[in-house]
Amino acid sequence: MAESAICAWQKLELGTAITTPGNSAELRTGDWKTLRPETDREKCIKCGMCSIYCPEFCISEAEDGYYPADLFYCKGCGICANECPKKAISMIMD
Amino acid sequence: MTKAKGLEVSLAVAEAVKQANVDVIAAYPITPQTHIVEELSVYVANGELDAEYVPVESEHTAMSASVGSSAAGARTYTATSAQGLALMHEILFIASGLRLPIVMTVANRALSAPISIWNDHGDIMAERDIGWVQIFAENGQEAYDLSIAAFKIAEDHRVLLPVCVNIDGFILTHMIEPVLFIDQKKIDAFLPPFNPALTLDPKKPVTMGPVGVPEVYAESRKQCEQALINSREIVAEVFDQWGKTFDRNYKLIEKNGPDEAKSLFITMGSMGETTMTAVQELTDSGESVGQVRIRLWRPFPKKEFLNAIAGAEELIIIDRALSPGSHNGPVAQEVKALLYDEPVKPRVHNVIAGLGGRDVTVKDFKKMYAMSRKNELDPNYTIWGVRSDA
Amino acid sequence: MWEIRLHGRGGQGAVTSAELLARAAIAKGKFAQAFPSFGPERRGAPVQAFVRVDEKRILKREKIYEPDIVMVLDPTLLDVVNVAEGLKQDGIVVVNSPQSNEELKNRYNWPNVAAVNATRIAVDILSVPITNTTMLGALLKASGIMEAKDMEEVIMDRFGPKLGPKNFSALSKAFEVTNIN
Ligand code: SF4
Ligand code: SF4
Repeated sequence: MAESAICAWQKLELGTAITTPGNSAELRTGDWKTLRPETDREKCIKCGMCSIYCPEFCISEAEDGYYPADLFYCKGCGICANECPKKAISMIMD
Repeated sequence: MTKAKGLEVSLAVAEAVKQANVDVIAAYPITPQTHIVEELSVYVANGELDAEYVPVESEHTAMSASVGSSAAGARTYTATSAQGLALMHEILFIASGLRLPIVMTVANRALSAPISIWNDHGDIMAERDIGWVQIFAENGQEAYDLSIAAFKIAEDHRVLLPVCVNIDGFILTHMIEPVLFIDQKKIDAFLPPFNPALTLDPKKPVTMGPVGVPEVYAESRKQCEQALINSREIVAEVFDQWGKTFDRNYKLIEKNGPDEAKSLFITMGSMGETTMTAVQELTDSGESVGQVRIRLWRPFPKKEFLNAIAGAEELIIIDRALSPGSHNGPVAQEVKALLYDEPVKPRVHNVIAGLGGRDVTVKDFKKMYAMSRKNELDPNYTIWGVRSDA
Repeated sequence: MWEIRLHGRGGQGAVTSAELLARAAIAKGKFAQAFPSFGPERRGAPVQAFVRVDEKRILKREKIYEPDIVMVLDPTLLDVVNVAEGLKQDGIVVVNSPQSNEELKNRYNWPNVAAVNATRIAVDILSVPITNTTMLGALLKASGIMEAKDMEEVIMDRFGPKLGPKNFSALSKAFEVTNIN
């Protein structure tokens, strides 16, 4: 299999399949945001609603129980801020 | 020599699929394919065949389920007809695009409207470009033999493409005729278990069918097309091996009648046998006429076809389908395009015959021949026997 | 080559007759074809089935337009369809009828007739007026394609241990009593 699918047709994987699992993790989707989310830990109740609503699935529970966004993938859409029941997230200039 | 058994050709095809030891059958019944899948469902129900029978709710799902099971590494079979094949349409391209060696019987039937359950090749001709290997059987024995050989062709790692075996609806599917069956042991030796090249396996994940951006799509299509073009050689090889092993010889293109025949009928499917009787009778009365049968339709065996027609002055190409708005029926279009590059070209007559189950008889073929001699056939094509006020 | 056209009504078993005859001929090492007039069949509507039997491979896939033999399962068809259409000049009509060969020949102008009261035989032996297996006996007798006993195996295979022997016995009875002309 060629390193990339941009190759000669002879080198393409059978049926143009992708045989290296998890390669989408390498794709930085967060390179174009204008605003990024920031959580006010005073207000946050660790309910996890933000992680459920994030369309990039880039919010996950950290060891301390809070829900930080992985900015490598965060596209700055603000959905998390909108859905947070405690209005604990604010969108600030990146 | 084993003794021939008299049975319905559909049941012989079901037997072939059973003997090919398929893992999954996903099918939706449609006339005239029904008896094949009905019989297979009986085999699965009574334990004669250890396979999963998926009674899907439509042909679209039959083909989708076939794609899924083949991708998971199961030897997969389905069968359909006319509207059912049309309903599979979009998934047929996916099966070949993903390089999945599914085998399908198409019991050829005319497309509606008006509703017709009877035979013609309109169904498969609308699917000429699906990227599948497409074979036409002429009789019950061929239908049985080629249904087994189809798995060997499809699963060859140099091919890895779906294969469709066309058998004329009713004319073959509902015909009781003699068929010689092959010992299971010999079939097992001929057709080893399916060894997939790439499978959906949680332990070694792959993505099948991702987006093909403009930078990739053309290369992806080229890969499939090249596999189809290359499959010609493997089809010939498998036919050859079949002949050596089971003593029944099949060629990609078959020429019958006198070698030096000036006029040649070109046929596909079950019509070929009736044509042969006409050719025999015409030859007996001193005419110079023969027949060329196209057994492999996709990929079209150019070289073999040109060899077979070399020296002929005139071709009478029989199409069992219309290509509305085109100059000719599908087979004649194919042949004429091929002849464009040839220095010497035979005259081409195109007769579209047997639409929607209209009987085509020995007498009809003899009349076509007589009309071609007198140049009375339409320069583009003639729809045979169509009633007209003009 | 024998070309045989069978006439019956949907549900009377003409297609089964055709199938059994072809299967028995193939089992005897002959070549044969059997096929229905394709399409949906309504019970009671006139239907046709076709059989070809030959000693060599059959290279013909068309309906039978000029039969050597016509077999009629139901006498009520005679005034509804022209069963002898296209019949060869020396062809035979094998017909289920209480009438004599002579009477039928005069009435319909057929070249050769082999009539048998198959309904009577079927009712006596099978207790139902289904004549498709009985009529095969008459057909074999009139044509000489095979002996009645050549049908035994396929009849047993098709109808099983309970109905098989009865059907074969009805067939044999018709074979015994049928005369041509
Ligand atoms: S801004 Fe959008 S992408 Fe970023 S974490 Fe919030 S919901 Fe996810
Ligand atoms: S939704 Fe708001 S309150 Fe809930 S975990 Fe996320 S930031 Fe905290």
